[in-house]
Amino acid sequence: MITRRQCAILALTLPFAASVPRSARAEDAEVHIDNFTFEPAKLTVKAGTKVKWTNRDDIPHTVVSTNRSFRSKPMDTDGTFEFTFMAPGTYDYFCSLHPHMKATVVVE
Amino acid sequence: MSHDHNSGPNRRKVLECMTWAGTGVLWTLTGGVPRSLGIVDEAVAAEQKGFTFLQISDSHMGFDKPANPNAKGTLQEAIDRVKALPARPSFMVHTGDISHLSKASEFDDADQIISQAKLDVHYVPGEHDIIDEDQGKLYRERYGRGTKGPGYYSFDANGVHFIGLVNVVDLKAGGLGNLGDEQLEWLEKDVKGRSASQPVVVFAHIPLWTVYPQWGWGTQDGERALGYLKKFGSLTVLNGHIHQVMQKVEGNVTFHTARSTAFPQPAPGTAPSPGPMKVEDAKLRSMLGIASVTFKQNEQRLAIIDSPLQS
Repeated sequence: MITRRQCAILALTLPFAASVPRSARAEDAEVHIDNFTFEPAKLTVKAGTKVKWTNRDDIPHTVVSTNRSFRSKPMDTDGTFEFTFMAPGTYDYFCSLHPHMKATVVVE
Repeated sequence: MSHDHNSGPNRRKVLECMTWAGTGVLWTLTGGVPRSLGIVDEAVAAEQKGFTFLQISDSHMGFDKPANPNAKGTLQEAIDRVKALPARPSFMVHTGDISHLSKASEFDDADQIISQAKLDVHYVPGEHDIIDEDQGKLYRERYGRGTKGPGYYSFDANGVHFIGLVNVVDLKAGGLGNLGDEQLEWLEKDVKGRSASQPVVVFAHIPLWTVYPQWGWGTQDGERALGYLKKFGSLTVLNGHIHQVMQKVEGNVTFHTARSTAFPQPAPGTAPSPGPMKVEDAKLRSMLGIASVTFKQNEQRLAIIDSPLQS
């Protein structure tokens, strides 16, 4: 027979125990656009990660993969774009409006 | 619109009242070096003109950020100035970024205001005009009639050959503006067989010459285009995109960029990015404006006068 105190501890730990499989899931990652620059310029994530880009400039930008595996609509100020990377690899991308803006997502 | 063909002093006064004086630059191609003339000379030069057209650029309808919350209002001011010109120009060229986000409502606003000038307008697209779902369909439907590919074309007016090029399509990662093989082949054919003595004006959105590659201000295959055009004794290249006046004379080629009517951008390298530049309200209109280009008949000479909304 377990004590009430042990019960309480079990109750507290259970949700954490239950979340173990979920913690294997990759956490979301973010890229910001400020001053015509993707930050970070190189983002390394685990497969399955959802990456969210946010444009913080006063001019629209896009996120376009050089191998065309993803392409955002134009993001105006505070506009966002999300893409979930399932397959490991190196994903170079750029802004199709300002192609000197380049960055990379590495999926492990 | 009434035409005022009054004598010199009156016309000069008109120009002064419109605050064009002291802000324009008149220069010649002949010596290969630009030569600035004064207020009076400017007015006289304007009187002797044979053929004048206007360049308007970067209207950015839909832009409402702090650098200019009322881009529609400043476009209207620019067009009001065109309407008030004492001598009617032959037509306008618009060097792109009519809209900010390629929305039909933005093109509608631009058309509603620009049409008040009652002038033919020859357009080329900027990168902001082709970001609709179908990457330029709206632009081509409205402005692309009779053009090729994404919207390039040529025409003749008053003995001058005009070529509108598109260098905002299919931009490559890390690259600059792009014309592409198909357009360049068309250009080569377009000018083949033309007399080298015919003046040529090329207009496109992004500068065809390399202004500042770190900010993407140039065209990667612009040199190839200029190669097809170098035979012409008078070649004028008009661009927008960089929202400021910049000019360069190289041999018989004159490069010139016009102001925006929407918002200024910083001089190359003077800010962390080329984004819209917020200036004091009182200063904004001195950094927005249009340009007029005048050819004098029988002289390989042209005058470009940049006119801010306010000096």
